[in-house]
Amino acid sequence: MELVLAAAIGILAASGVWLLLRPRTFQVIIGLTLISYAVNLFIFSIGGLRTGADPVLHGAAGDIAQYTDPLPQALVLTAIVIGFATTALFLVVLLASRGLTGNDHVDGEDGTP
Amino acid sequence: MNSLLIITPIVLPLLVAALQLLMGEKSRRAVTVLSIASCVTLVAIAAALLMSVSGEGALSAVYRIGDWPARFGIVLVADRLSALMVLLSSVLALAVLPAALARWQHRGGHVQPLLQFLLTGLHGAFLTGDLFNLFVFFEVLLAASYGLALHGSGARRVSAGLHYIAVNLTASMLFLLGVSLIFGVTGTLNMAALAELIPTLPEHTRALLHAGAAILGVAFLIKTAMWPLGFWLPRTYAAASPAVAAMFALMTKVGIYVLLRLGLLFFGDGAGPSSHFGSVWMLWGGVATVLAGTIGMLGARDLAKLAGYNVVVSSGTLLGAISLHVPAVTTGALAYLVISTLAVAALFLLAGVFVPEGEDEADDTLQLEPYEQVGHTSMVEDLYAHEDESRVVVTPPVAMLGLGFLACALLLAGLPPLSGFPAKLAMLAPMPGAAANSGTMVLFAVIISAGLCTVIAMARAGIHVFWADPERTFPRVRAGETLSILILLGLCVLLSVWVGAPLHYLDAAARQLHAPAAYVEQVLPATEIQP
Repeated sequence: MELVLAAAIGILAASGVWLLLRPRTFQVIIGLTLISYAVNLFIFSIGGLRTGADPVLHGAAGDIAQYTDPLPQALVLTAIVIGFATTALFLVVLLASRGLTGNDHVDGEDGTP
Repeated sequence: MNSLLIITPIVLPLLVAALQLLMGEKSRRAVTVLSIASCVTLVAIAAALLMSVSGEGALSAVYRIGDWPARFGIVLVADRLSALMVLLSSVLALAVLPAALARWQHRGGHVQPLLQFLLTGLHGAFLTGDLFNLFVFFEVLLAASYGLALHGSGARRVSAGLHYIAVNLTASMLFLLGVSLIFGVTGTLNMAALAELIPTLPEHTRALLHAGAAILGVAFLIKTAMWPLGFWLPRTYAAASPAVAAMFALMTKVGIYVLLRLGLLFFGDGAGPSSHFGSVWMLWGGVATVLAGTIGMLGARDLAKLAGYNVVVSSGTLLGAISLHVPAVTTGALAYLVISTLAVAALFLLAGVFVPEGEDEADDTLQLEPYEQVGHTSMVEDLYAHEDESRVVVTPPVAMLGLGFLACALLLAGLPPLSGFPAKLAMLAPMPGAAANSGTMVLFAVIISAGLCTVIAMARAGIHVFWADPERTFPRVRAGETLSILILLGLCVLLSVWVGAPLHYLDAAARQLHAPAAYVEQVLPATEIQP
């Protein structure tokens, strides 16, 4: 389980970094999105992993060991919302840049055909 | 009463901005009145907050949101440093407002609400006592800054804004990674609780904490524009409209503020095996930043870029100074922070005044030298060729601009008689005595030579702008822009005369920062229930 999650985060982050360094604005925004997925999964995982456990608590309340740590979930929710909003904003700027310069290069000028 | 003073600087601009958005662009006069009223109130509140934390015995003020105990709830903390930063940003906003109203608000919508949102984010970041809220407020101020950076539109601005947003989104991801690593190790995000926990951490988790802190630090160093993370800054700031760039002069200082606060809280003298973590990196990073900024400044070909590289130089200077962890140096660094923010803001506004008005205004800046040499005569030859033929008529506005430029140069280079000198002196004088090692001496030498290079670069720019071209027609100087520049420079002049009390305050602020036990005690009283 740990290995699968770690591999997922790693692959997402690596692909995101690769795309972030590409010259097209669309690749950059997809790269940013992938990185934010990786970061969100990472935040989610810091609460610790348990397989086959109850989602919230089992039986009568009171045993604190039965609870999952709720804070990472709150953090990841905030991070998702903020990441989503800023990505949407970036998308608008991307479109404006496309409209003003006529191409989708990050520097606004297309060196390669 | 105190709690009200802490929460208002965050809530007031938020409410005002929301109201301004609802009122829309049609009722521009009412929106303007609201902006002015909000900024004036903020300055008054920030001053009251500063007075309330600077009294004898009064350490800092804590506001527990929802009255939850600090380990569970969110706290806002105002100590001397926070109060100072809140006052600085309110004053800067009030000073920049006339310039924003004079010329730039007609170039696009919603500049006033965005300014208020920016203030919300700034004040929140200065006052929060919790790492995750720091992230949230950073995002608030960044989101507002994205809108402001793009204000006025134009291809140059949009392209620079695209880079700015991409860099800052990446930095935010690093911020989140760092925060979550620290949370994973310690189980808390409250700054005071972290400061208490870090000295007693078990050895096997300390490396992970350091990794988290380092990633978090990189996020702030990107905002501070440390070399090699700061290439986005000069271009973005030069492309932003002048009033916005003047406001952005404070944005790098937010990074410095956080590094100073967290560096001393988490990794100060009392942090056991973790003490002074990362300070070597910050020292050499600061040196490299000053060098890079100096080179950029000497090579800058338009006035706004020159101001942008000045921001880089002051960031580097501050990074180096705060990395030393010496109270006396921190005092000077705080003074330098205030003065350089005000002076750079004034320089950005001055650079904006010279931008010729016209259709392509959005993409136009004042170039000192053409990027592509057209003729064969250099500017210097022009200077001598025209010298005998034409009499230069100095009109009052031009004289005012010239004096303002001179004042900026003196302030930024740290020359007497203006306040840049005592600030730099207070920072540099204790350096050799307090921490005599090779790194400190290199930093000392680099800061001194950066001052010299600032004089050279500013003198060169001044010659080009005011002397070299007698044909240059100076644009009409608007009352609003003049007022903004006069307020900013007037404050610097005031601080040249009135040095004692502010320096005393900064000294107390630095000592407070270097004794984090009192901060922890204030936020987490011993009577609270332990988890």
